[in-house]
Amino acid sequence: MTGPYGPPARVPVGARAVFNSAYGLMSQNDSLSFQDLILTLHAYWSERGCLILQPHDVEVGAGTLHPATVLRALGKKPWRAAYVQPSRRPGDGRYGENPNRLQHYYQYQVILKPNPIDMQALYLGSLKAIGLDPTVHDVRFVEDDWENPTVGAWGLGWEVWCDGMEVSQYTYFQQVGGLDVDLVAGELTYGLERLAMYVQGVDSIYDLRFNSAGVLYREVFLENERQGSAFNFEAADVATLKRQFEDMERQVPRILAHQGPQGQPLVLPAYDHVLKASHLFNLMDARGAIAVAERQSYIGRIRDLAKMCAQKYVEAEAIEAAHG
Amino acid sequence: MAEWLLELFSEEIPSRMQGQAAADLDRLVRAGLAGEGVAFGELRTFAGPRRLTLVVDGLVLRQPDRVEERKGPKINAPDAALAGFLRSTGLTKDQLVERDGVFYASAQVRGRETAEIIAEIVDKTVRGFPWPKSMRWGGGSLRWVRPLHRIICLLDGQIVPFAIDGVASGDTTEGHRFMGSAAPFAVTDFADYQAKLFAHHVILDVAQRRQRIADGARALCASLGLELVEDAGLLEEVAGLAEWPVPLLGAMNPADLDLPPEVIRTSMRTHQKYFAVRASGEPGLAPHFVTVANIDPPDGGALVLAGNGKVLAARLSDARFFWTEDRRVALEDRLEKLKGVTFHAKLGTMYERVQRIEALARQIAPLVGADAGLAARAAKLAKADLGSGMVGEFPELQGIMGGYYARGREPDAVADAIRDHYKPQGPGDSVPTAPVSVAVALADKIDMLTGFFAIGEKPTGSKDPFALRRAALGVIRLIRENGLRLSLGGLFPDEVRGALLDFYADRLKVVLREDGQRHDLVDAVFALGDDDIVRIVNRVDALSAFLATEAGTSLLAGYRRAVNILKAEEKKAPLPSGLAGHLPMAPAPETQLLEALLTARPIVEVAAADERFSDAMNALTGLRGPVDAFFDDVLVNDPDAAIRENRLKLLLQIKDTFHLVADFSLISG
Repeated sequence: MTGPYGPPARVPVGARAVFNSAYGLMSQNDSLSFQDLILTLHAYWSERGCLILQPHDVEVGAGTLHPATVLRALGKKPWRAAYVQPSRRPGDGRYGENPNRLQHYYQYQVILKPNPIDMQALYLGSLKAIGLDPTVHDVRFVEDDWENPTVGAWGLGWEVWCDGMEVSQYTYFQQVGGLDVDLVAGELTYGLERLAMYVQGVDSIYDLRFNSAGVLYREVFLENERQGSAFNFEAADVATLKRQFEDMERQVPRILAHQGPQGQPLVLPAYDHVLKASHLFNLMDARGAIAVAERQSYIGRIRDLAKMCAQKYVEAEAIEAAHG
Repeated sequence: MAEWLLELFSEEIPSRMQGQAAADLDRLVRAGLAGEGVAFGELRTFAGPRRLTLVVDGLVLRQPDRVEERKGPKINAPDAALAGFLRSTGLTKDQLVERDGVFYASAQVRGRETAEIIAEIVDKTVRGFPWPKSMRWGGGSLRWVRPLHRIICLLDGQIVPFAIDGVASGDTTEGHRFMGSAAPFAVTDFADYQAKLFAHHVILDVAQRRQRIADGARALCASLGLELVEDAGLLEEVAGLAEWPVPLLGAMNPADLDLPPEVIRTSMRTHQKYFAVRASGEPGLAPHFVTVANIDPPDGGALVLAGNGKVLAARLSDARFFWTEDRRVALEDRLEKLKGVTFHAKLGTMYERVQRIEALARQIAPLVGADAGLAARAAKLAKADLGSGMVGEFPELQGIMGGYYARGREPDAVADAIRDHYKPQGPGDSVPTAPVSVAVALADKIDMLTGFFAIGEKPTGSKDPFALRRAALGVIRLIRENGLRLSLGGLFPDEVRGALLDFYADRLKVVLREDGQRHDLVDAVFALGDDDIVRIVNRVDALSAFLATEAGTSLLAGYRRAVNILKAEEKKAPLPSGLAGHLPMAPAPETQLLEALLTARPIVEVAAADERFSDAMNALTGLRGPVDAFFDDVLVNDPDAAIRENRLKLLLQIKDTFHLVADFSLISG
């Protein structure tokens, strides 16, 4: 089977450039596997001064919510990091039957704070690195202002289109946790499965080559989608979710009131509880347990918790600075 | 005379903001130059994906010198005050000018260099630019729509040196992001700038980008015997997304053409910014699309089109999912869901709104010749598609999808009415004509107006968040274009009737003025307090036509002669009421005028009631002669009070008779 997409220019490690005779396109087997895509991005951003971090170990709906983005975007300290974050969207589960939708997928996240003035060029370099050469592919920056009401964050930027497909979200953070940022962080989010589908030229997530030894995405994650969807839509117990949500909500201010060894508020554990509350809300939503009228109020409750954390994070950083 | 070139080079400016940005730049710089008294010739601005550009020619290089006068102390002020003034101005007493008892010092002020002034104007313009949304970047504090990278500021070929928050002015810019050399290049003046940009694959002028897209897209379509589905809004948008726009004609799976054409077009337009294509002269869509790339790809676009085609296929497959799933559920079964959708906090749920529309549609149906049962049924189902997947995805397809989902399950008249009940949505939109559709379209809009007026949400000035003016215009067009005869007030509840009728009257006046009707004629008709829109319009038309004739001039002259004296008398004392009678010994012209009135009155009454307004006015014209004769020979203010009163009554009756047609006192000219 020959896919129409691939890397015509820079060839990543292990890939061979073979042109398809009919269209001048790469054959599917020469494009990046799912894991090579991640490794290529890691290598690229590592070379550009990013710490390569690991996923956060709490369920989140998007890579942005990793404390390495949301919290590090606050305060006056420069910061550069890149990581993969599993993202959970319980309502998007389709029991493994939809070729484009997953309740559990991966985002590749880059944060550059303060954003360098050549950040767009750096970003375009990353596309080239994974085989999307903007002199043959039509790459466009299309207005898309990002906001995440549950953490009181917003920024301006674009969705980046490659031949009409959104391949990344590109944002300059302006506010986080309801606070204006000191230094503006530039954030890049690549939807890894979608990008890999494009690079490999496959029509279903499950047909993605996970590695170059023939393991497919379906072998790794199809069962997870089936069970995950059934849990999200059928098995999750609404009363338990609700109780747990309320527990988390009560915990956040309590944890924040505690002081660490240097007198700082315990922002990091408190923030984990905000993330848990947010995920519990998403599960309840997927179960159809949130009435239309209640939605805004739930989102507002989570945002209030996130704001508390943001406020304390900035205070904690000041305390840390004072202790050297 | 010099040329000034300014370029503000940034990361990608949202397409929708570009046009306004060019206009704002024009306005701010124009005002800045005028404020400093710097004369200039032509001023032009340009906006594109990465740059805002300004060129001004015919600039003077220095402000003109001027004399500035400073007011000093009064001549009789203490010496100390004068001494202080002389010190501060550095003049001697004999150099001062005395005027009206006050000393003035005048000084010749040398004009400032234009370069210095434009550096200030640019600084102020950049820092205060009215972007709808702006941002900071990096560690800076400057706000711009996206990070600002470079500023070209050349006056007469020389760099005007300044820096705004670290961005220094210069003579250098960049061309296309991907095509040609990426190296920045210097320019000397506007002609050089525009030519070099073109050589670096940037078309500066949006009009040229638009033209290139439209011509290219049409030619591509024509080459396959196809026709572009024109879309001016989309053209504007894509012209702001590419510096070097290249339209490409792609193919889609013909099997996807079984989706409703509105769905295909909306999916293409909103998600992908593609133009739809049809076979020449045929109504349906052809299995193609036109996308506009920002590069001229070396392979002629095969790779770009393959990718775009694939994305479109995925989008249409999403749409197909909704199309299939939505049709499994009857619209009626979606009504329950509307209970959970708030229409407005003070106006309840969408479900409650539907109940109101249903009752209104039933009430309106007989007035518009529609079957009340069908109208009520259509109204009941009209909003049910709001709960469907497709409308959730594409809100602009509301109504249209409901029409599709009702088709086959409901009578055609009901499906048509569901489809068309939001119409007309703007001046360019068509007006439904089928009676059931008309009834529901009216009910929908009247409920909006009634509801929002009842909670005090009337439009004010430029604020009309619920688009009530558009709703009122929609009602007016539905009534006018279908020639519907109804009393609008009868459709409104008592508590808002007055306010709503005033609101409609204002809207209708706007409409009639836009039609070119004289506003005084419109006022003359509105003064009658009618709420039958068709009759109002007919009356204005008839009045306008009649007054343009010689008889019309005569009619107006007769009216004015009869009524002017009433105005004067009214100021002195209340006018009498009652009918004039035949007084013994009355002079002949008075008797003749009374006779003429008694003959004319029933003719006017009948003609006005039958809406034969020109017949009515013809009859009124007949009063001109007797009126003239009366005023020539008879003195209204007779010393005998009874005689005077009878004459005033006669004139009042004449006035009343005229007012059966219009309030002629409001007509000017």
